[in-house]
Amino acid sequence: MEEIADKGLQVVVGLAVFAAIIGLIMLVVDRAPKTGREKVQIAGFLAPALILLAVGLVFPALQTSYLSLTGRNGEFVGLDNFVWMFTQPEALVTLRNTVIWVVIVPLLASSIGLAYAVFIDRARGEKVLKSLVFMPMAISFVGAGVIWRFMYAYKGPEQDQIGLMNQVLVWFGQEPKQFLLDAPENTFFLIAVMIWIQTGFAMVVLSAAIKGIPTEIVEAARLDGASAWQQFRNVTIPTIRGSLIVVVTTITIGTLKVFDIVRTMTAGQYETSVVANEMYTQAFRAGEPGRGAALALVLFLMVMPVVVYNARLLRKQKEIR
Amino acid sequence: MSTVPLENKDLLPDVEDDATRGRPTLQKRVRQRLTSRGATAAAIFVAVLWTIPTFGMFISSFRPEDNIKGNGWWNVFTDRELTLENYADVLSPGGSQSANLLSYFVNSLAIVIPGTIFTLVLGAMAAYMFAWGRFRGKDGLFIFVFALQIVPLQMALIPLLQLFTKVLTIGEFQLLPSGTYAQLWVAHTIFGLPLVIFLLHNFISEIPGEVIEAARVDGAGHSTIFWRIVVPLATPALASVGIFQFLWLWNDLLVALVFSGGGADVAPITQRLAELQGSRGGEWQRLTAGAFVSMVIPLAVFFGLQRYFVRGLLAGGLKG
Repeated sequence: MEEIADKGLQVVVGLAVFAAIIGLIMLVVDRAPKTGREKVQIAGFLAPALILLAVGLVFPALQTSYLSLTGRNGEFVGLDNFVWMFTQPEALVTLRNTVIWVVIVPLLASSIGLAYAVFIDRARGEKVLKSLVFMPMAISFVGAGVIWRFMYAYKGPEQDQIGLMNQVLVWFGQEPKQFLLDAPENTFFLIAVMIWIQTGFAMVVLSAAIKGIPTEIVEAARLDGASAWQQFRNVTIPTIRGSLIVVVTTITIGTLKVFDIVRTMTAGQYETSVVANEMYTQAFRAGEPGRGAALALVLFLMVMPVVVYNARLLRKQKEIR
Repeated sequence: MSTVPLENKDLLPDVEDDATRGRPTLQKRVRQRLTSRGATAAAIFVAVLWTIPTFGMFISSFRPEDNIKGNGWWNVFTDRELTLENYADVLSPGGSQSANLLSYFVNSLAIVIPGTIFTLVLGAMAAYMFAWGRFRGKDGLFIFVFALQIVPLQMALIPLLQLFTKVLTIGEFQLLPSGTYAQLWVAHTIFGLPLVIFLLHNFISEIPGEVIEAARVDGAGHSTIFWRIVVPLATPALASVGIFQFLWLWNDLLVALVFSGGGADVAPITQRLAELQGSRGGEWQRLTAGAFVSMVIPLAVFFGLQRYFVRGLLAGGLKG
């Protein structure tokens, strides 16, 4: 009880300090001399966010870029860290896995999500069906890690299985299997978890887009005698193309940054590491901040084109409207 | 936001009754029925597939330890022994052996609530200026802030940690003391700002210009306009974005790992759960109950506020 009171007090103090800072800003902004008041007001509103961003993102990003050129003890080593990344087998596995993740997850999550959205469109119980697939979105990656490690749990062939996946294998007369230990297929079993989470996101966004298709178009296609598949190919897909691209790019970015799933399920062992996880391992566990920074930089370079593409698309959409 | 109109669902006429409109042949109608039957079956199959993992874990969390470890949860239909002991065990603060999840649960709340409020307030203030302020370089600056989303968290972690522990420390005095929530609040606020500013800007810039102009003509300053007009009008948007930020912080692991130190005094529940998985990976009675404790709040938010959640997601989906 005392502990909770202490923590509550910390929160109250934190909120009070924050409120005081904001109050002070508002006071200064209001009392500013008439000449130049507009400028003071603009600065007062923008400064807190911009200072935080400069200190917490812009500056660190620059520093990380430099850090990637240094070694264990902060000495300058040129491109050594990058050479390590692209030549050492353990680092190459990480890169390979990241590529596998980023190809498979967006592709499967979007296709399953799209198919599901089409299937349940105007079906009875649509809301419930939607909630069920969407629910994993609300669960943390760590929670999802527990859920799926339990699904994959392994017991020797002579024992009762407690993991459903292995039980299914046994039902089909197979030997139970170490899903998370056997490389290289274990990466795919981790990927399944990410697909499980992201499909709901794809489904909800695409379902909303499908509902936005003008009824006249659908009707016209129907009257022309288009089959369900033709309708899907020639009406649905082209109309929701924008949303589809957004979904794929968003999932791509999320997948590139995936950390928690790998961290909690295998900690990157058994050849399952990905760039985002390896970055943490190198920088905070192995005492190699230079390598960690280099990996972070590579991550940045991989995410950038996707975000730029997305931003462009967004601007185009705005122009159309 | 408006590219994906959610509410249209209710406005659309029911297209099921094609008999009254076109007149497809009987054969065609039968075929259409069949394909839609198949589609429904496929959809239900997927829904079941997607639900089973969570369902299995949920059931297991109520089974006695020996049963969980002895046989699969699907056996619950034959041996119906259920217990609340697992929950009592993971929540109770006894000894260093216990999972002590209640403490970490409180930590999560203590991290997430201020973290969300800070981000929302600062984000809304900046978004308001980007939408309605008049100054040179506004658009360029806004695009720059938007572009900061490119920077992965991972790039900022090492320098930010150094900043907190070295630069912001004068002698014994730490501006943001470690071993408290302060570092986590600030880190979460920083990482949340680019997206929150962008989303809120979209909403706030849609407030009719006449409203703002009228207030200005009456002599209201920016702070009055912001608190009296913009914030009340943008409340639904603030709620959507806030829920999203809340869930995002609640489910975070990476930031917590770097800034919390890991003790029961600061670390959030996700971190504790990850730890339990590493050290006691076979203790399923604790892991299943613990995972569910960590999911209670997000699931409650999800089912209780699904409308806002979805709206925030759609807006977020457009950000990329």
